[in-house]
Amino acid sequence: MPGRSFPPVLGRALGALAIAFGLTCAALAQQPLKIGFGMSLTGPLAGNGKAALIAMEIWRDDVNAKGGILGRNVEFVYYDDQTSPATVPGIYTKLLDVDKVDLVVSGYGTNVIAPAMPIMMQRNLTFMTLFGLNVNSKFKYDRYFQIMPAGPDPAIGWSQGFFEVAMSLNPKPRTVAIVGADAEYPAMALEGARAHIKRLGLKVVYDKTYPPNTVDYSPIVRAIQATNPEIVFVASYPPDSAGIVRAANEVGLKTRIFGGGLVGPQFAALKTQLGPLLNGVVNYEFYAPDLGKKFPFLDQFLAKYQARAAKEGVDPLGFYLPPYAYAMMQVLEQAIKATGGLDQAKLAEHIHESEFDTFVGKVRFAANGEWASSRVMMTQYSGISGNDVEQFKKPGHITVLYPSEYKTGSVKAPYHENRK
Amino acid sequence: MSGRLTVFRPRLFPRMEIPTALLANAIIAGLLLGGFYAAVSVGVSISFGMLDVVNIAHPAFIILGSYIAYIVNDRLGFDPIVVSLALSPLFFLLGTAIYRVYYLCFERRGQESLRGLAFFFGILFITEVALVLVFGVDYRMVSTRYSDVTWRAGEVDFPMRLVVPFLVSMAMVVGVQLLLTRTFFGRAVLAVAQDQLALRLMGVNPVRVKELAFGLSIATAGVAGAFLIVIQPVQPAIGREFIGLAFAVCVLGGMGSIWGTLLGAFVLGIAESFTSTFFGPSWAPAVSFGLLLATLAFKPSGLLGR
Amino acid sequence: MSNKAFAAVAFVVALALAVASQLITNEYFFTAGYTVLLFVILATAWNILGGYTGYVNFGSAAFFAIGAYTTVALYNAFKAPLAVMIVSGTLVAGLAGLGLGYLTLRLRGVFFAIASLALAVVLYVFVVNWDFVGGARGAYILQPREVPFGMPRYIHLIYSVQLLMAALALVVARATERSTLGRGLAAIRDDELAAECSGVPTLRLKIFSAMMSCALMGMAGTTFPYYLSYVEPSSAFSLSYAVNSIAMPLIGGMMSWIGPLIGAVLLGTVQQLVQVTVSSAWNLLIVGALLVLFVTLAPNGIMGWVEARRRRKEH
Repeated sequence: MPGRSFPPVLGRALGALAIAFGLTCAALAQQPLKIGFGMSLTGPLAGNGKAALIAMEIWRDDVNAKGGILGRNVEFVYYDDQTSPATVPGIYTKLLDVDKVDLVVSGYGTNVIAPAMPIMMQRNLTFMTLFGLNVNSKFKYDRYFQIMPAGPDPAIGWSQGFFEVAMSLNPKPRTVAIVGADAEYPAMALEGARAHIKRLGLKVVYDKTYPPNTVDYSPIVRAIQATNPEIVFVASYPPDSAGIVRAANEVGLKTRIFGGGLVGPQFAALKTQLGPLLNGVVNYEFYAPDLGKKFPFLDQFLAKYQARAAKEGVDPLGFYLPPYAYAMMQVLEQAIKATGGLDQAKLAEHIHESEFDTFVGKVRFAANGEWASSRVMMTQYSGISGNDVEQFKKPGHITVLYPSEYKTGSVKAPYHENRK
Repeated sequence: MSGRLTVFRPRLFPRMEIPTALLANAIIAGLLLGGFYAAVSVGVSISFGMLDVVNIAHPAFIILGSYIAYIVNDRLGFDPIVVSLALSPLFFLLGTAIYRVYYLCFERRGQESLRGLAFFFGILFITEVALVLVFGVDYRMVSTRYSDVTWRAGEVDFPMRLVVPFLVSMAMVVGVQLLLTRTFFGRAVLAVAQDQLALRLMGVNPVRVKELAFGLSIATAGVAGAFLIVIQPVQPAIGREFIGLAFAVCVLGGMGSIWGTLLGAFVLGIAESFTSTFFGPSWAPAVSFGLLLATLAFKPSGLLGR
Repeated sequence: MSNKAFAAVAFVVALALAVASQLITNEYFFTAGYTVLLFVILATAWNILGGYTGYVNFGSAAFFAIGAYTTVALYNAFKAPLAVMIVSGTLVAGLAGLGLGYLTLRLRGVFFAIASLALAVVLYVFVVNWDFVGGARGAYILQPREVPFGMPRYIHLIYSVQLLMAALALVVARATERSTLGRGLAAIRDDELAAECSGVPTLRLKIFSAMMSCALMGMAGTTFPYYLSYVEPSSAFSLSYAVNSIAMPLIGGMMSWIGPLIGAVLLGTVQQLVQVTVSSAWNLLIVGALLVLFVTLAPNGIMGWVEARRRRKEH
């Protein structure tokens, strides 16, 4: 209201109020800052959930060692969501109404993020989320943020690199086979792949899905081989990733470029189990040891993480999810410090407007809460021998092919000559 | 692949051309898979088909077997299947112990059907959680000398990862069948399902017979667990995926018939590999369980049922 | 109490509870309450076939999912009102139960159990491959912004609806139990052959009770998509529905309608509490251990135990 001043009485009253408010703030400063979330500690995604929890606890300890946020010690209140969406509404209403936490963040994955959304929207809470796949496409909630670097259109961003790399081959490939599991992530990845295929004018020779609990994948790989594709794009979860890579080796899959969206090879378990079978596969990663210099703080974090992970029996490398779980909390921390409080509207506004410097690099968010640009790295495995985990901590086995600012080498094709 | 392919033209669909190599591979893959399914279900065929114990926790023991094979392989480097065979007496004892409890709490009181079921559900969960607490939730897999070896006969592949479990499984199934038909113990087991009184009159304690037979069924689960972890990565909760499969194989083949179970396993294996190869892998479970529903509706005694 | 009087009482109590709950500001009460009520309906429904005739239905999750996916389909087709979704979901699930019963209820009980499991797998595959309801990717169901009856949030509405549906399930279960139908079903449970010989139309009775049971399970699923906002096949077909709908009547007692109610309220509440107090893998362990303990130590459930004590006192 420019040009109009408050009546003096009101001004004084406001002043008194401000002092009172300041006092309450001072009182509050003694209390811990409670952050609540549900996390998958049992059930199919528990491996990821536990890894994320460790990363978040490292963040909490780091922050508290520096004196907390706004002078308040950070405390977590979390419950096991059992990887089951049905538990999520109960967990978040308990956190908010009974435990009275100050802030909430999400658990791991679309399944447990989506059921929390209506609760966040009704209460206008800022919601930092961990690895959901385009959850906000239906909710269109302006206080939703997601830390996985899949870009503003995750389906497209996911396989962008794969198709860029494939089309850089000479001569240009013309035929493509796509295959994926009957589950939420693969369905999204395949949808994105189809969009790229259409844009590039490629010919689809195979486009099928399979049930995630398939035991033997060789009939599928043979059916793919029978169509002689030049590109094979796969979107799969860990057990089927292992099955498909094994089957490709057993059947002797002949194609120019193979992989793309296999979930699993990012983790130590599959890296070591498959070992040399991964050679030649082109697949997405969110970090590679070759990039150590580009992410200067990540080494310290990974050292802390790897020490704890070994004890708790979760992913001993921690290249995939943990750094991003840490970064999610860093974004929140920086936003609280910048806005000086927990006002949800201000937090959301600040996160939308600012760029955040995190362990995973500079992060900026798009209007829909996803990363402003995709940073799904496309990499190729090579020179892996044996099943030793230590080799993956050293540079040289994961060549980054895309995006160009992180590129450490060029693609080696065809796939079948670079196997082994 | 070469441009010239030998093709097979089904008489019913003369326009359809199926490369012979693809067809041969589909059959072999189906048989290999069926061999593994037989190992998973043979124990259920004994407990459910012959003893009338609805052991829904059977897959949990399979996963337990996987983890034991894994841990011994990981620490000492022994072959997982050899380990599982060597340790099968332990599984046998575990099985007899569980049957003891089951008998004392349910069968003796004549309340086995429903409460026994709930009991095994409970065992399933307890085993699963125990595995999570001990081993964590990560996927585990073993590598053996034959894991990455594939034999080729012409254009047909024989991945050793599946062939070795297949061969051991066949030996196990035949062994169980011989044990059941050629020994006194075996005939007593077959008789338990039919006439317990007659058994008592012959001086045989049917409870003891059932206890041993149940032990045998759990012993096969331990071995099947080793197969599973050789074939694919394992985590504690995947046992649930095999509940339906094991019971489907038993019913499809015919209750209480070991040959029937073997046949049922092959039928499901081949149905799955054919659906995957020629139609769409996504529909494979619907085809398998559709077959089961059709069997139940039209020939409930199963393929080889008495 | 006559059936009509019981029905009147049940609905009045449900309505009164629904109205009284609106005074509670803590939303956790509603989400937890919704889940417990969901299990009350499932357990009561399961017991109409399982408890009264002894035929074990492993496929509760399938019928629950039929209800849920009917809602999703109607939402995607023309954003049908909630009442239409509830009625349609109930009918479709009832028809599926009728079909399954017709095909397999003439066989021994175990075959029916296996068939219900197989049906769950087949339906799961169909849903995964049916893009209209989201397929493997799942479907988003947005809660309407406007909540009727002046309720503050949508969860208040579906909680209240769930309360009324639970009352309906109990009324149906009690009426079934106390009618000629119920006596026929009990005769089947005790000795099916003898019942058949003495002129009880066993197959017809079994099919009818399967239909009722499955229809109510479907009804339980119809509000679920609104509760979660996001439904995908593996959560809708989750094994936990099948397990709980068997475990709860077992723990409560299967002979009468009150057993599943007690079992569901007890086990459902314990699960909710365990989930937010013991935050680890122990959660599933406690459910498993409770199940084993109850069936071994109190084989007729809580109601059976109470009954036995009362009888002992009288003598």
